[in-house]
Amino acid sequence: MDLMRYSALSVFLNALRGNKSWGPAWRAPEPKPHYDVVIVGGGGHGLATAYYLAKEFGITNVAVLEKGWLGSGNIGRNTTIIRSNYLLDGNEPFYEFSLKLWEGLEQDFNFNAMVSQRGVLNLFHSDAQRDAYTRRGNAMLLQGADAQLLDRDEVRAMVPFLGFDSARFPIQGGLLQRRGGTVRHDAVAWGYARGADRRGVDIIQNCEVTGIRRKNGRVVGVETSKGFIGCGKLALTAAGNSTTVARMADIALPIDSHVLQAFVSEGLKPFIDNVVTFGAGHFYISQSDKGGLVFGGDIDGYNSYAQRGNLAAVEHVMEAGTAMIPGLSRIRVLRSWGGIMDMSMDGSPIIDRTHIDNLYLNAGWCYGGFKATPASGWCTAHLVANDAPHPTAAAFRLDRFKRGYLIDENGGGAQPNLH
Amino acid sequence: MASLITCPHCGVRPKEEFTIRGDASVTRPSPEADGEVWHAYVHLRDNPRGLHKEYWHHTSGCRRWLVVTRDTVSHDVIDVSDAGALA
Repeated sequence: MDLMRYSALSVFLNALRGNKSWGPAWRAPEPKPHYDVVIVGGGGHGLATAYYLAKEFGITNVAVLEKGWLGSGNIGRNTTIIRSNYLLDGNEPFYEFSLKLWEGLEQDFNFNAMVSQRGVLNLFHSDAQRDAYTRRGNAMLLQGADAQLLDRDEVRAMVPFLGFDSARFPIQGGLLQRRGGTVRHDAVAWGYARGADRRGVDIIQNCEVTGIRRKNGRVVGVETSKGFIGCGKLALTAAGNSTTVARMADIALPIDSHVLQAFVSEGLKPFIDNVVTFGAGHFYISQSDKGGLVFGGDIDGYNSYAQRGNLAAVEHVMEAGTAMIPGLSRIRVLRSWGGIMDMSMDGSPIIDRTHIDNLYLNAGWCYGGFKATPASGWCTAHLVANDAPHPTAAAFRLDRFKRGYLIDENGGGAQPNLH
Repeated sequence: MASLITCPHCGVRPKEEFTIRGDASVTRPSPEADGEVWHAYVHLRDNPRGLHKEYWHHTSGCRRWLVVTRDTVSHDVIDVSDAGALA
């Protein structure tokens, strides 16, 4: 079946044929013996890396190895928020680059990812927090992002049902990024997978990497559940399993894996038309196009590979949510789930070469990986293709921990469960 | 994870009484130790998929530091000991 370009005309013509003529969106190839580049991990970052390697850097002899199915990891488990509201110089240009890529993504990869720039509003609750958010907003403006400080009345006009009169955490205003919003998360995986596949990338699902074979200090290939696959360069984009995969090459990482839960409510009529985050606790919420409220909070706080969390964190999230929106107490939660976060020691990611010449690392995304997907893929592809970092990702070095150049947005220190 | 933790001093207690510090397999180096050694202690982690020894503080109980051995895949708690007894 031809892998066609999607358009209004193709939708119309296929409708006339009873929608029986759609082809698969990507192939299901068996692995070749050797690729120029092998990417371990078929999540958002791995697929985006493959897509940009093929499209922007002309490297098409590429395989993405995924131990499960596409979208089975964090790309299908997040709360779908995109934004570029970081404070630090090492972070903000990168996340703004990512937001700009989101803005053109659907046209770029010809797939409807439902990019919705509905605005991200961070509430503040005290004079000190207003000062901190003003500083953050100014840092965003300096890097070319948009930011707008709203007072209490302006916030009330936008989201009148918040708990403005809370005695403990009165809402004083908010920092609004109008270009932020949400994206249909698994469509991102599908769009990148289809775009990479059309350019010749082999996406191999149900193929678990079990070893990294080295010779004379270089990687020559990977042992997998589908046999040995040789490669010229190897990129690791394994998110919560990064330390497990890196250990196969005897690399210890500054990363602990933690579980983060997310929740969706029963479907409701349109209720909240942007993303709102609580400033007095960790809570963020938006409403999906199906009507469910999508929300989450802090990580559970202990090392985990389980993709499920505990009730204490559930209770904490619900308490923060009802403190911010009292009406939430009337709403029933439909589902909750967990994803495994690669929590780095400073809360910021790593996109870097390693001490092995042809081994590249993309890891440490903590719980901020989804919004970073396009820029992470682009910058990792840039690094693999050119052996030099992309300018916006130059601070995400693996050796910054040893050298003392940490990128610690909230000053949590080397304590992953505090980031 | 189990909702109840058996503290060696207080007996069976709810998990929410404890604060989790993290990996107990790393040992604090001497102040004179090399920068590489300190880097490994402060930043690098085994992060095992399976049994993990970790420091828990019984914050709302006896306030002793404990070492909990826990499976990071099943969340089963295998052992709880006083950290001082292991030092």
